[in-house]
Amino acid sequence: MRITQGTFSFLPDLTDAEIAAQIQYAIDQGWACSVEYTDDPHPRNTYWEMYGLPMFGLKDAAGVMLELNACRKAFPSHYIKINAFDSTRGIESIRLSFLVNRPAEEPGFGLVRQEAAGRNVRYTTTGYAAQRPAGKRY
Amino acid sequence: MAPDSTAPAPATDGVDLHALCADAGVFELLDGLDRELIGLAPVKARIRDIAALLAVDRARTTLGLETRPPSLHMCFTGNPGTGKTTVALKMAAILHKLGYVRKGHLVAVTRDDLVGQYIGHTAPKTREVLKKAMGGVLFIDEAYYLYRPENERDYGQEAIEILLQVMENQRDDLVVILAGYKDRMDTFFGSNPGMSSRIAHHIDFPDYTADELAAIANLMVADMHYRLAPDAQEVLRDYIVKRMARPNFANARSIRNALDRARLRQANRLFAGTGATVTRNALETITAADLLASRVFTESDADGDDRPRA
Amino acid sequence: MNAPNEGALIDAKKRYSAGVLKYKQMGYWQPDYEPKDTDVICLFRITPQDGVDAEEAAAAVAGESSTATWTVVWTDLLTACDSYRAKAYRVDRVPNTGPETGTPQQYFAYVAYDLILFEEGSIANLTASLIGNVFSFKPLKAARLEDIRIPVAYVKTFKGPPTGIVVERERLDKYGRPLLGATIKPKLGLSGRNYGRVVYEGLVGGLDFTKDDENINSQPFMHWRDRFLFGMEAVNRAQAATGEQKGHYFNVTAATMEDMYERADFARELGSCIVMIDLVVGWTAIQSMANWARRNDMILHMHRAGHGTYTRQKNHGVSFRVIAKWLRLAGVDHLHAGTAVGKLEGDPMTVQGYYHVCRDAYTHTDLQRGLFFDQDWADLRRVMPVASGGIHAGQMHQLLGLFGDDVVLQFGGGTIGHPAGIQAGATANRVALETMVKARNEGRDIASEGPQILAEAGRWCTPLAQALETWKDVTFDYASTDTPDFVPTATASA
Repeated sequence: MRITQGTFSFLPDLTDAEIAAQIQYAIDQGWACSVEYTDDPHPRNTYWEMYGLPMFGLKDAAGVMLELNACRKAFPSHYIKINAFDSTRGIESIRLSFLVNRPAEEPGFGLVRQEAAGRNVRYTTTGYAAQRPAGKRY
Repeated sequence: MAPDSTAPAPATDGVDLHALCADAGVFELLDGLDRELIGLAPVKARIRDIAALLAVDRARTTLGLETRPPSLHMCFTGNPGTGKTTVALKMAAILHKLGYVRKGHLVAVTRDDLVGQYIGHTAPKTREVLKKAMGGVLFIDEAYYLYRPENERDYGQEAIEILLQVMENQRDDLVVILAGYKDRMDTFFGSNPGMSSRIAHHIDFPDYTADELAAIANLMVADMHYRLAPDAQEVLRDYIVKRMARPNFANARSIRNALDRARLRQANRLFAGTGATVTRNALETITAADLLASRVFTESDADGDDRPRA
Repeated sequence: MNAPNEGALIDAKKRYSAGVLKYKQMGYWQPDYEPKDTDVICLFRITPQDGVDAEEAAAAVAGESSTATWTVVWTDLLTACDSYRAKAYRVDRVPNTGPETGTPQQYFAYVAYDLILFEEGSIANLTASLIGNVFSFKPLKAARLEDIRIPVAYVKTFKGPPTGIVVERERLDKYGRPLLGATIKPKLGLSGRNYGRVVYEGLVGGLDFTKDDENINSQPFMHWRDRFLFGMEAVNRAQAATGEQKGHYFNVTAATMEDMYERADFARELGSCIVMIDLVVGWTAIQSMANWARRNDMILHMHRAGHGTYTRQKNHGVSFRVIAKWLRLAGVDHLHAGTAVGKLEGDPMTVQGYYHVCRDAYTHTDLQRGLFFDQDWADLRRVMPVASGGIHAGQMHQLLGLFGDDVVLQFGGGTIGHPAGIQAGATANRVALETMVKARNEGRDIASEGPQILAEAGRWCTPLAQALETWKDVTFDYASTDTPDFVPTATASA
């Protein structure tokens, strides 16, 4: 399977030049980029690990690419994404978020159903890889 | 990274070098450098050399000739106030116009911006600065303070190593200019051959002559929308000569400070004046008196530090 | 309340003139009045009956939408009636109407209302005043509430959208692009089991949301509990298959509030992140459901069913931009606001005006987009507009250019009608969307290069190529009814 989180997951994996172009777009909008990684890409896992703080005050995408490449070197088969934050009043949230690294093999998720009264079902989504301990998943 | 704004379509027969520079607005910048900066003849000549070299490299690339990517890191040496930062700003613009840096901004730092206070503090600080400078020019003033051989656990060495790595591997992403006194910089390079070998261009900034400083002063006054009273010109000239002889003389920077103080005195004088209305002329004019009140004149004989007159 | 001079008078002129004159005399026309920051200001488009003076007509509108009755009553003297009176303070001719155009002369009448006239936090009360009687008023041939300026003091008495654009995105973990949806078709007749199949196919193919249509409630072919159970199975399956959060808007519109609460509670219990209601449930029900959604952390989707009966005709009714303002105060998270390029009514500039109302922190006066007032939204959460109705993947560059990122694009027929199936239809739309966002961010001119950008993506994405081929010539190019009165070159604003 292919996890389709992030802004560009239905496109072929972006090249470094394409990633840099998106980062440059974010920087030009005044957004601060950050690098995050995880080996538990559950759809409700909000807090991936931060690879350093969001980068404020950059002019050029090369600075973010420097951190991205360092993160890829440290976690070659983790999921890695670039987030871009907008501090404008009333937004103060992420404006762009896309995957830039994923493991070669993605086992995906299973669905556990707990039957309840009145034909009701309680659903739990579980990552196959996440059943192994952190660091041994991919 | 290939420059996109300035690289014309591949041609086979030849390239008009002047057109290439004119299109990129390089001549305008160089002329501006000549116009706006007094003196500095050797510096201007070196900048023109470098611009020509870069333009030729650019032309060779368009013709598909094998060209080693030029090393662009530089070292500006000279006493304080000799125009190093100003020229670095111009250099950043030239590099941008010719497509050697993508954004053309200048990030000016000193040791404190790069080196941390405790273990693990330096690398993030240095990387932070480098990331902000990407796409432009990183200007490190008094760069020799990064190296403190007297303290073997000094974190400066860590900053130097990170700098070296980026200067070598990411030449397309940023240009580093080191600046400082010539003698100390020479010592620094002596003990840091790695740094020395990565600096391609050394430019030495001479001190200004008294005539040049007077011209600079007049430019600054005009820039502030003031003018000097006729009798003040003579006093200014006298002031400069006296000031040059005093300790801590910092070329153009000392002149700028002196003019700021003269403005203060002018304001005080106008305020203390008896007339209810002040004329436009009075508001615009710095008089001889405003300059003569300087300590350079009043204390020159009493001040033990003062050197003999030039 | 009664219309003035109600009685058996045959001569129309006589019959209306006396009463209308009274409104002006009674103090409802105050040309020197300067609206206060705390006033509600309404702009009415009025078409007076023949022989009725424009200022008098405006005064009558002010009177009938505030304190007046058809005759002077002594009990007024027991009140501070001067401050309760609405004040018509400005009347402008509407450009391109009047004898020289062969149409009745229309006027823009500006009316200011003191804040004391309205109950805090109640759209029902606000609308009962502003559009209560006045639209049936005999001296006017027609009247339309074009725009409204709501003072910050009154805005702050409303809670606004339960979720808002920012929190919706944070909950769904979806950023940087419009969201993608589809309305399940056919809208009537599918069994619960078949219905859930369409939901699953659409979501697993790449949609973020699927949606009940406005008239899917609990009919004999599919009772609501069945739809909810099968629908949630589909949502959860699609979520596990893609690793991405998904949703289906369950329409909880029903006959009574008790029914609506029961259905909404069940949707929440099943783990749905969103429910929907129709505009026809009315303002009180909408505000009640907004409270329910706030209490239960649910997104509230609003289908504007029925609005066309009073928003579309330019001379009479209430402009949709006013409805949108009231809905933002009342508190909905999604609002159908038009597509401009699809099958339903909507001039592009006018529709962009609605999007401003939904999404701005501060809406600026913009006559070309039909926005007559500055509106400070006082940090009220923002409504996600929904573009739905007759749109397809081949229009992606136009949709993104018109509406930007904060919008739900809903391709119903444009997903389910794909020749290779629903999944392929969903994939085609998602690929078209991501391709266009990426190209825009890279600095390409999507307005002119759009079709080429889509064609390039079609080379590696067969479903997109098929979609482009199927719908390449489909446009709905009819003249709009509700168009702006002001164009850049005209000097019509006075």
